[in-house]
Amino acid sequence: MSDTDHSGASLPLGSVTPAASFTSLLAAHGMNPTWDIPESSSHALRAPEGTTVLALRFADGVVMGGDRRATAGHQIAHRRLKKVYAADDFSAVAISGTAGLAVELIKLFQTELEHYEKLEGTRLSLEGKANHLATMVRNQLPLAFQGLVVIPLFCGFDEGASEGRLYSFDVVGGRYEEQDYATTGSGGSEAKAFLKSAWSEGIDEEQALRIAVEALVAAAEEDTATGGPDLQRRIYPNLVTVTSAGFSEVPDDRVAAIASDVVGSR
Amino acid sequence: MGVPFYVPPEQLIKDRAEFARKGVARGRSIVVVMYQDGVLLIGENPASSLHKVSEIYDRVAFAGVGRFNEFETLRIAGIRYADLKGYAYGRADVTGKGLANAYSQTLGQIFTHEVKPYEIEILVAEIGDAAELTELYRVQYDGTLHDERRFGAIGGHEEALRAHLADNVDPAAPLAGAVLAAANAIEAVEERSIAHEDWEAAVLDRNLGRRKFRRLHTDEIAAARS
Repeated sequence: MSDTDHSGASLPLGSVTPAASFTSLLAAHGMNPTWDIPESSSHALRAPEGTTVLALRFADGVVMGGDRRATAGHQIAHRRLKKVYAADDFSAVAISGTAGLAVELIKLFQTELEHYEKLEGTRLSLEGKANHLATMVRNQLPLAFQGLVVIPLFCGFDEGASEGRLYSFDVVGGRYEEQDYATTGSGGSEAKAFLKSAWSEGIDEEQALRIAVEALVAAAEEDTATGGPDLQRRIYPNLVTVTSAGFSEVPDDRVAAIASDVVGSR
Repeated sequence: MGVPFYVPPEQLIKDRAEFARKGVARGRSIVVVMYQDGVLLIGENPASSLHKVSEIYDRVAFAGVGRFNEFETLRIAGIRYADLKGYAYGRADVTGKGLANAYSQTLGQIFTHEVKPYEIEILVAEIGDAAELTELYRVQYDGTLHDERRFGAIGGHEEALRAHLADNVDPAAPLAGAVLAAANAIEAVEERSIAHEDWEAAVLDRNLGRRKFRRLHTDEIAAARS
């Protein structure tokens, strides 16, 4: 029985300690991505970058949103990039930075959470998920020094405390719990400045979705790397909510209605 | 140093099989039946947290009887196998057939190579978008792989259970009907009644989202059987 073959018929029996993470399992099977990049080589690299994402708390939970643009230098690399994902049934994660790495990081994070849940028969605590994501970001540090930075935002519904919670991260894997709202990405500071004046305690879902879109529009107006709602091409921000009922993606037609209202009223 | 006794291979295999079969027969059975929305897996299990039925992947579920630590090892290995494969390729590439084959290979190896064979029997279920795409695999202690239709049973009184189920399982029945038929079969074979809270049951329900696995609550089981 070979323990290094993931595709064939043999089972990864190996050690049965259930706490072992999926990442360590990948590493044991030689599937962990590793790079050996010389110091000077990455400067010419222009990998697409995702830009503005945000999250904010409202009465029933949290709203998370992101624009759809990825840029490579001054070029628009993608117009319909999805930056906000379900991490599991009760949490969401959004990404900014090098798109290719970030999307892969999210796929790994989702697999980690589901893997843990299936092995242990229970979900990780929200705090535990945030800590794990911080570790994953920290593991990217060598790449960050090469200019390939990935910064996520994480939010979810804390089933224990029965409230929505937000976490932001920095490039070295620092994890910070945010009170009311959080933003990251190139247009993040514009979005944050908008949220600072627009956010208030106890807003309902409709209001929260609207100010999320407004904040993204505000970011797009000042930051060329952030894409505003494109009504002609029907490209709208990704919006999701996480409440006591779990993760839910806001349907495109609802976002479209909010977006055309916001764009029209400016 | 003593000279080891010669044991003919026929006798060796026979002894091992008998040992494993006895271990399996001591356990409590689990029954799997198809119903209108997917597959139901149900059995008696008074322990509320030591599960015998479990989720492996989006459309794939697992049930095990016999020694807990042994089928738990296989359950964990199955989840690892599925998550690795789904991560390396795509979610659709994780199939019940692939997993059942892997279990079969592994159990076959353990049966002949290890000091003691596993005293377990397991079942792998996968649902498809249509009822006829549902697959049920039973894997025995020695790696023997069976492809089941409509229903299956593992553990102690397998033959008697199968006879009972053959007459009472209707793949077009709603969930409550399937729970009733499966629970009645187990109670009839065990010749005693089992309290609602002592059942463990879960479904693969094709109406659910990506992850089709769902555990049934005690009150759902009680409602179906009242």
